Amino acid sequence: MAKTDLIGGSLWEQYSEKVTERMNHPAFMGELTEEDAAAKGAELVIADYGADSCGDAVRLYWLVDPKTGKILDAKYKSFGCGTAIASSDVMAEMCIGKTVDEAARITNLDVEKALRDSPDQPAVPPQKMHCSVLAYDVIKKAASVYKNVDMSVFEDEEIVCECAQVSLSTIKEVIKLNDLKTVEEITQYTKAGAFCKSCIRPGGHENRKFYLVDILADTRAEMEKERLNTAAAKKSFLELTLIQKHKEVEKVIEQYVRPILNNDGGSVEVMDMKEEGGKTIVYIRYLGACMGCAASTTGTFEVIRNTLKQKVDDSIEVQLV
Amino acid sequence: MKRIYLDNNATTQVDEQVKAVMDPFFCEKYGNPNSLHRFGTEVHPYMREALDQLYAGIHADDEDDIIINSCASEGNNTVIKSEYYRSILSNSKKIRMITSTIEHPAVSEAYRFLEKLGAEVIYLPVNSEGLVDPEALREAIDPDITSLVSIIWANNETGLINPVKEYAEICRENGVKLHLDAVQAVGKIPVNMKQIEADFITFSAHKFHGPKGVGGLYIRKGNSIIPLIHGGEQMAGLRAGTINTPYFIGMGKAMELAVSNLEFEDREVRRLRDKLEDAIVKIKDVEVIGKRELRTPNTILASFRGIEGEAFLWDLNQNGVAASTGSACSSESLESNPTFVAMDIGSDLAHTGIRFSLSRYTTEEEIDYAIKVIHNTVKRLRSISSTKNKEYI
Ligand SMILES: Cc1ncc(COP(=O)(O)O)c(C=O)c1O
Repeated sequence: MAKTDLIGGSLWEQYSEKVTERMNHPAFMGELTEEDAAAKGAELVIADYGADSCGDAVRLYWLVDPKTGKILDAKYKSFGCGTAIASSDVMAEMCIGKTVDEAARITNLDVEKALRDSPDQPAVPPQKMHCSVLAYDVIKKAASVYKNVDMSVFEDEEIVCECAQVSLSTIKEVIKLNDLKTVEEITQYTKAGAFCKSCIRPGGHENRKFYLVDILADTRAEMEKERLNTAAAKKSFLELTLIQKHKEVEKVIEQYVRPILNNDGGSVEVMDMKEEGGKTIVYIRYLGACMGCAASTTGTFEVIRNTLKQKVDDSIEVQLV
Repeated sequence: MKRIYLDNNATTQVDEQVKAVMDPFFCEKYGNPNSLHRFGTEVHPYMREALDQLYAGIHADDEDDIIINSCASEGNNTVIKSEYYRSILSNSKKIRMITSTIEHPAVSEAYRFLEKLGAEVIYLPVNSEGLVDPEALREAIDPDITSLVSIIWANNETGLINPVKEYAEICRENGVKLHLDAVQAVGKIPVNMKQIEADFITFSAHKFHGPKGVGGLYIRKGNSIIPLIHGGEQMAGLRAGTINTPYFIGMGKAMELAVSNLEFEDREVRRLRDKLEDAIVKIKDVEVIGKRELRTPNTILASFRGIEGEAFLWDLNQNGVAASTGSACSSESLESNPTFVAMDIGSDLAHTGIRFSLSRYTTEEEIDYAIKVIHNTVKRLRSISSTKNKEYI
């Protein structure tokens, strides 16, 4: 991409043949009327989405068979760039023959895929991905008009990045699991923010409900709170009964230590625990391959000791029996 | 297919005569003009002639300087950053800088950057005619803390010509320096530095049928700049880098030709522009931005209700006509064009602007053909459009 970026002005060169063809000869452009509906014994659905002032607007027309809920015909009108028109054209075509519920599951990614010339070559450059989003928003709008319900019914999840279809819960999860610290990392892990960039921070191409910068800050704050809570929980380790202490130690060994040892065909068990002058002594015994392994008294032992000290309490000492 | 170029505010065709004067300086007279030997010195008379052409072209005084650089972006950055560095280096209170909301990015982005370094930048709005109001400038200037004013002479998108003479008078009265971005003025309207007492102006050769990648920074006598590019002693130590002799010499010729064609520009280019504009405004639901008499003779920014700008360009391009849009659908920012906002043009038209810009090479036949293509484009795209209350033609 570097050389293309250095040359610049390659927007249209990155469109697929199909985008060009649909823009030049849109096949499903037009209107459907009450007369058309009556002729087919269908219900006419008209839905508008977007606005000229945002640079993108689309109106979708459906003829829906009231008995089967199937979309018999679809047409559209669009104010937008070539990609927006081409996306709307494919979208209208994809609706035909589906039930309203099936159509409501079409995403902008399906629309973009349908515009590709070959399966692994994107149909449009990244900054144009958002132009296909409207095409899928308007389907949900039409479905909600048909069913006389709110559009949110068709949105199971809060979508943060429309272009890449990444949800709020996914983004929070990857931040926590991978300890992500920057928006760039979020984009690398999820592709959220990789396309039109509107969801990164306020002031982009579109106004959004959620922005990656805020989600990152909030999630990091949540993580910090969780960390402090566990730290607070640890402080009270010394106040636990011996049986409770044993449970904590077992938990950590099971979660962090045994998986490592198991890899080499070994394991470890806790034989006993004792409290002695503010210290908690944990007596352990190796099992399987660890028995007699040279590292078991040095490296492995250190890992076990440090893990217990860090994850359970610093007052812990470990002894081999 | 016919190819018709109506995007001359973006760049222009190089005049054959310009190309011819540049040619000897590639393979024959290729010396470095800073060398003491004959290879270097033999270029000097040609450079002097080019400077004469440039000075004459903008009516600069012999005591003034014209620094030859790589482009107007460089010139604009040089002036703006130089004034800011000077305030910093001298610990001066002059941290306020004034510009407008309708500048080219080569000015506005430089100021945005200086804001990050601590500069206080005021962005003057435009009035209902699309011009930066001199009275607004007067109000924004606090002589004790203001160092520089940067305003575009003629706007690249609308062609609207600002009242620069008034700015110069206001700046003079207040002892504040004035920098004009004259990129779209040179070659389109008279630029006379004896009449307009600005301290700095910038221009780029490729906008007036010279080569790309060479420009000029005019510095009125009594001013100095801190170089943007430090290095060798070229350009009196104000702009380092081995002098691009063929381009330097080409720009001189381009300036001479541009100035001698000003009368033609004002008559013939204007006539064809007006012909195109008359045909455009006959289409229903179309607005042209700014009064004709306030614009450069070659430019039209028109808004076609119900047609997104990039889609319009697409259809023009499919039919061999090149134009441009101010707000591509893919542009990262959604902010409305400040000229549209100030001129009270509805936000529903914010994405519908198309700029046609002519040159002295544009022919009547091309304009007639373009008119046909524009009509077909409007018809087709309005038939696709979801926008209500627009008629096809
Ligand atoms: C008004 C204005 N200023 C500055 C520039 C920058 O010129 P260049 O790209 O040659 O540096 C342009 C060119 O688009 C312009 O129109």
